[in-house]
Amino acid sequence: MDILDILLQASFWTAAIRIASPLIFAALGELICERAGVLNLGIEGIMVVGAFAGWLTVYLGGGLWFGVAVAMLSGMAFGLVHGVLTVPFGLSQHVVGLGITLLATSLTYYCYRLALPEVTSPPKIEAFQPLEITILSDIPVIGPALFNQTPLTYLAFVLVVAVTLVLYRTPMGLALRAAGEDPAAVEAQGLSVSAIRICAVMVGSGFMAVGGAFLTMSAFNSFFFEMVNGRGWICIALVVFGSWKPGKTLLGAVLFAAFDALQIRVQQTPLGADIPYQIFLMAPYILSILALVVMSRRAQVPAALMVPFNKGER
Amino acid sequence: MTDPRPEAQVVLRLENITKRFGKLTANGAISFDLRQGEVIALLGENGAGKTTLMNILFGHYTPDEGHVEVFGMRLPAGNPRAALAAGVGMVHQHFTLADNMTVLENIVLGTRSIWRLGFGRAQARQRIVTLMEDYGLRVDPDAQVGSLSVGERQRVEILKALFREARILILDEPTAVLTPQETDDLFATMRKAVALGLSVIFISHKLHEVMAISSRVVVLRHGKLVAEAKTSETDRAAMAQMMVGSEVAAPVVRRADPGAALVTLAGVSSPDIGSAPGLKNVDLELRAGQITGLAGVSGNGQTALADLIGGLIRPASGTFHVKGDAPRGWSPHAAISAGIARIPEDRHKTGTIADFDLTENAVLELYSRPGFSRHGWMNWRAARDFAAKIIRGYDVRCPGPETRIRLLSGGNMQKLILGRVLETAPSVVLANQPVRGLDIGALTYVHEQLLAARDRGAAVLLISEDLDEVTALSDVIHVISEGRLSPGFARGAMTPAELGVWMAGDGFEEAPHAA
Repeated sequence: MDILDILLQASFWTAAIRIASPLIFAALGELICERAGVLNLGIEGIMVVGAFAGWLTVYLGGGLWFGVAVAMLSGMAFGLVHGVLTVPFGLSQHVVGLGITLLATSLTYYCYRLALPEVTSPPKIEAFQPLEITILSDIPVIGPALFNQTPLTYLAFVLVVAVTLVLYRTPMGLALRAAGEDPAAVEAQGLSVSAIRICAVMVGSGFMAVGGAFLTMSAFNSFFFEMVNGRGWICIALVVFGSWKPGKTLLGAVLFAAFDALQIRVQQTPLGADIPYQIFLMAPYILSILALVVMSRRAQVPAALMVPFNKGER
Repeated sequence: MTDPRPEAQVVLRLENITKRFGKLTANGAISFDLRQGEVIALLGENGAGKTTLMNILFGHYTPDEGHVEVFGMRLPAGNPRAALAAGVGMVHQHFTLADNMTVLENIVLGTRSIWRLGFGRAQARQRIVTLMEDYGLRVDPDAQVGSLSVGERQRVEILKALFREARILILDEPTAVLTPQETDDLFATMRKAVALGLSVIFISHKLHEVMAISSRVVVLRHGKLVAEAKTSETDRAAMAQMMVGSEVAAPVVRRADPGAALVTLAGVSSPDIGSAPGLKNVDLELRAGQITGLAGVSGNGQTALADLIGGLIRPASGTFHVKGDAPRGWSPHAAISAGIARIPEDRHKTGTIADFDLTENAVLELYSRPGFSRHGWMNWRAARDFAAKIIRGYDVRCPGPETRIRLLSGGNMQKLILGRVLETAPSVVLANQPVRGLDIGALTYVHEQLLAARDRGAAVLLISEDLDEVTALSDVIHVISEGRLSPGFARGAMTPAELGVWMAGDGFEEAPHAA
């Protein structure tokens, strides 16, 4: 039983893609915010909100896609708060972002206790089921990995393509990127930097919330505390790893997820018996940092990232 | 430039524009008209209110009183979109271009509805190419803006305005960053634009350019319109007088009496600083009692040279001597100890600490000298006396030595730095852009002081982007381009056009392969 054997298993890649999916949503959301010039450190908390909102909607009898929509809207609401505080008011994006994370997380736990005061073990919901795409899923190894997933995973990949097209092929994307590169240029062309940035943060936060909802509605089928477990922070690094490009960010998410899936499997091999399991838990993070060092040295940071723009300032 | 016919249509009317920033009245009841096919030169010293006026016209600022009319329609205040739609195009002094995006993307930005799906890339490219041909503006539409020269970026800004079908072009100090040749190209473009029926407002304080290109001049002083005249009916002296409000006397330059070489560079090279080139095999001598001028477009190695002499960097190769010795452990501290005094390029960033008071700023480089400190303790009384002496001696207008320096105007800040530099009787004065952003009064004062330092026997290195300044003051002129240094030319040996050829990078021999 070798690492090579693991890498050739279809089930390994299926797991990797599944682990990558929430990261793809959230990293894409973060990318949209940062491309417009706003660092959104609320990501971790917004993912918690999304996970809870989506799950609760379904638990209370709503449809699955309705749950995704509610998650997205609740994420956008926190995005609006973040956007208003950081863009027109120009407050520190670090402080506001961390504040949003703390607020969103605590508020979620509070609401959980309000909604389910008596519950000790979290109730399960009827979650998204894998949807096999015939013919394509018969391709060896990558077939089941890519074409036997839940609809939310397909949505994640579709969104990567859609965001790429919007960013590079439409006037809207041009305006958004310009807001993150040189807001004065945007204002000089008669567009509102504030409007563009707030909208970007809202949409981006909506994506993050859907990433959180993936955890409850497509992976664990129930909501429990600490389930987001730092995935938001990983996404911040993934955006840097991906040089602020959607395609490369997707690649980074899959790579990280593959490391994660690998370490679980290697723990069960004879090799795993000799080494403390904590080493394996660390491995994806260490490898991510190494990959980040290699990949992001030539990255082009949006020039106006974290630079507030004040119209008409002398 | 021919005068437009007097009956030409009024395309732009400023009516009684007033704008206040706190207590300062930046614009006071300014009114004038721009007619079709006309180039108006808007003249004025720094702080006269030119840029504020143009920002109001373009909708960046909202005026406190008055309004703007374009083609007879009143513009809503504070709305750049309305100004753009009415046909006003503005080329800002500081370009508003996103570096990481292409020329085409920068030009198209904001011209398409953001709900539209495609770009219309091919169609946009076609129009841009046509505009380039019509107006003589060459630039590659697919280049990243970050890789373009300053002159090219300016062309992109003009193309941006033309792409939006601007009928009125506002150029805010467009020539400040150009070589003489690029300026000629710009003027050719402006003439083509006027021939095609556009109207131009050209902001400058270079009088010979104003004479060359404008049909009418409008002069602002302290935020008020003080004079308006046809260019053909005025002259440079009259315009300078209108700007300053009194006769301006050019400094009288006495013959230099050069002495020993105090700083010598032979074959010195230094690494590039970011995108700015380092020095490439540079030979230079700074002689006592002589002003050595360094001309060149900014970003061509001036910073590297200033940093080297100021002690911030060390030569990578070549020999570097200060007063005959090759310094070991070259550092800013070593430079100050060797009697090299610096007027830094950016007085806000590296020259002063904004929230320190005048006393603290005055002893910023001198605090460790005996007299200002003893056994590691500051002698603030001595420092305050020193600051007071500078304030008196160099006419620094301020409430007192305990004023925070950020409250001073640029000119007064520069006088404090000048005083700090000259009071130590330095043997070498490194003056990097010493009059940037100063009005004529302060500028003349700084120039006189530099000449006086020279006459006392100091070696002065004057680095400036303003060719007129360099030629007026320098006894020897070198041109720097791409980190290479031209031979020294004696005062009056070269015409500005000939220096311009060197500034554009021509005239240098091929660098030896060993370099």
